[in-house]
Amino acid sequence: MSENKAAPTGDSPALPRPPRSQWRDVWDQFKKHRGALIGALIFLSILLGVFLGPLIYPQDARLVPTGRDFIRLRDMRPIYVLLWDSGAKVDWAHPLGTDNIGRDLLARMMLGGQVSIAVGLAAMALSVVLGTAIGVLAGFFRRLDGPLMRLTDLFLALPLLPLLLVAVLLFREPLKAAFGVEGGIFVLIVTLVGLTSWMQTARIVRGDVLALKEREFVLAARSIGTPPRRMIPRHILPNVLSPIMVSATLGIASAIITESALSFLGFGFPPDFPTWGRLLNDAVDRMQLFPERVIWPGLAISLTVLSVNYIGDGLRDALDPRIRGR
Amino acid sequence: MRDDPPPRRVLVEVRELQMHFPIHAGILRRRVGAVKAVDGVSFDIHEGETLGLVGESGCGKSTCGRALLRLYEVTGGRILFDGQDIARLGPRELRAMRPAMQMVFQDPQASLNPRMTVAAIIAEPLDEHTALSKADKLARVYELMDAVGLSRDFANRYPHEFSGGQRQRIGIARALALNPKFIVCDEPIAALDVSIQAQVVNLLEDLQERFGLTYLFISHDLSMVRHIADRVAVMYLGKVVELAPRDALYNAPLHPYTQALLSAVPDPDPAAEAVTERIILEGDVPSPANPPAGCNFCTRCPQAMEICHREDPEFREVAHGHHVACHRYNEAEDEFASAMATHEARERNQQGED
Repeated sequence: MSENKAAPTGDSPALPRPPRSQWRDVWDQFKKHRGALIGALIFLSILLGVFLGPLIYPQDARLVPTGRDFIRLRDMRPIYVLLWDSGAKVDWAHPLGTDNIGRDLLARMMLGGQVSIAVGLAAMALSVVLGTAIGVLAGFFRRLDGPLMRLTDLFLALPLLPLLLVAVLLFREPLKAAFGVEGGIFVLIVTLVGLTSWMQTARIVRGDVLALKEREFVLAARSIGTPPRRMIPRHILPNVLSPIMVSATLGIASAIITESALSFLGFGFPPDFPTWGRLLNDAVDRMQLFPERVIWPGLAISLTVLSVNYIGDGLRDALDPRIRGR
Repeated sequence: MRDDPPPRRVLVEVRELQMHFPIHAGILRRRVGAVKAVDGVSFDIHEGETLGLVGESGCGKSTCGRALLRLYEVTGGRILFDGQDIARLGPRELRAMRPAMQMVFQDPQASLNPRMTVAAIIAEPLDEHTALSKADKLARVYELMDAVGLSRDFANRYPHEFSGGQRQRIGIARALALNPKFIVCDEPIAALDVSIQAQVVNLLEDLQERFGLTYLFISHDLSMVRHIADRVAVMYLGKVVELAPRDALYNAPLHPYTQALLSAVPDPDPAAEAVTERIILEGDVPSPANPPAGCNFCTRCPQAMEICHREDPEFREVAHGHHVACHRYNEAEDEFASAMATHEARERNQQGED
């Protein structure tokens, strides 16, 4: 970066390039992050499989076979078990086997994935938006700092599970009436998980904003006369993006897990409605006999979380001009 | 001052400016005192001149500069800018005044948002205060980059890609964007290499000539202030102790603190350096939260008198344009004259020795 390095090019008649769109730079850098690209690819294929798969795959996730079919179809093993156990009960129509009442595991994973991913993303979005808003307001406006941070402490001090159970009991019926059985539960769970997981983000963001506020470029913006409503999106938010990104990607995992815990306790989705968390919980009892029923949903959750983490990592790097171009 | 040979208009008039930061302590966070960072400072800045503001670290120079632009809510006093009292303006009127007064910051790294391109940084004042079209804005940004000596190719780059001197140029371009009349330069060269300092100072001087700017140049570098300033104010512990035209101040400092400060400036000539008599001050600067009674400097002053521990000296004009706050010059006129005489004698002696 010596001062005379660019001088010769400045003399050439070529006009200087007009400012490029920042998002082009971001995309260019994102493409260079291999982990993020692989993560994005995996996440996209999970999304496609989960949302488009049921259109191709013929089995019904919620059909419980009756009569002689029930005996014939229940407790089927995945086809790969044939590799070491030629006498296993398998069927090519059920590649991942069936559960103890004869429902196809792959179909249940697809249907469950739709719900789990939707809950994870929506709850994460809600908690990140809430946490960022409260953190930025508390950090930026001194007058709001006390009240908002005490509110955060209050939420942190609440025992979450009892609170969730009471809230589910109170609001399940009205929401069911408004959004239908599954829609109502979905809204309820997303809201509850979102409302009870924003506190860490808020604290981290507030700390970062407090430090940023004392930086000279914020002072410079104030000397220009930038009002707070433009100061925050222009100077504060872009610089607290890293911690927000991290808590967002971690938030997806914890939202999926919280949803499964709720379902396990019988307060989430109805028992016959599959989600990844519920599949896991249902299979725990006979895990040693049927490990695939734990492995596959567990793998799906891990892969989703991991790929989202990598995407977040790549995005964070791509959004930081100091790392960009390395 | 009122009858300066070129009768320049007073652009900024500071009267009894006070900037106190409250100290809270105890369980109830009760206010137990205040750090008197700036405590009753008065000076004028004439249009087109450079007023140097010098003093040691922590004496309140930067606070004074920031308070002047109302980056802090001032505790008391008046700041008249073009006849308007900035210290009392409402937020809307203040925002309307912002374009006329800008600031260049000490740390060029910290004063530029690392997530914005150079073009976006320089254009921010334009975004805030003008309704230019995108193309006009870009043209103005290029014009400013030319003015401060940055290649137009740099417009898309980010601050971390530049050297300190270039970053300071970006900061200067941003300050110039709205055609200000008055710029507070808050130690603009303190974070730069010596080789770059000269470039930046020369740039500031060129720009002053081209755009008719008025500077308040805050620095602790006495030689640099001597180079750039027309008049110099010396601060000690939140107060201006001496204010004089540059040559008068450097050749015949009146206040004991100024004398000590100037005696510390190294001389590039080793022979001269060897015979320079340094006035070494004893002790530390008192806490601005608890300044001494009487004159702020009395605890370290080599020439302190009994009255200095009792009464705060008045800041008054003792010679043409030469203001000082010291009891030594508040005595009877003849005593003052004799002090001046001994000074001049010493000056002559020193010059004779050279």
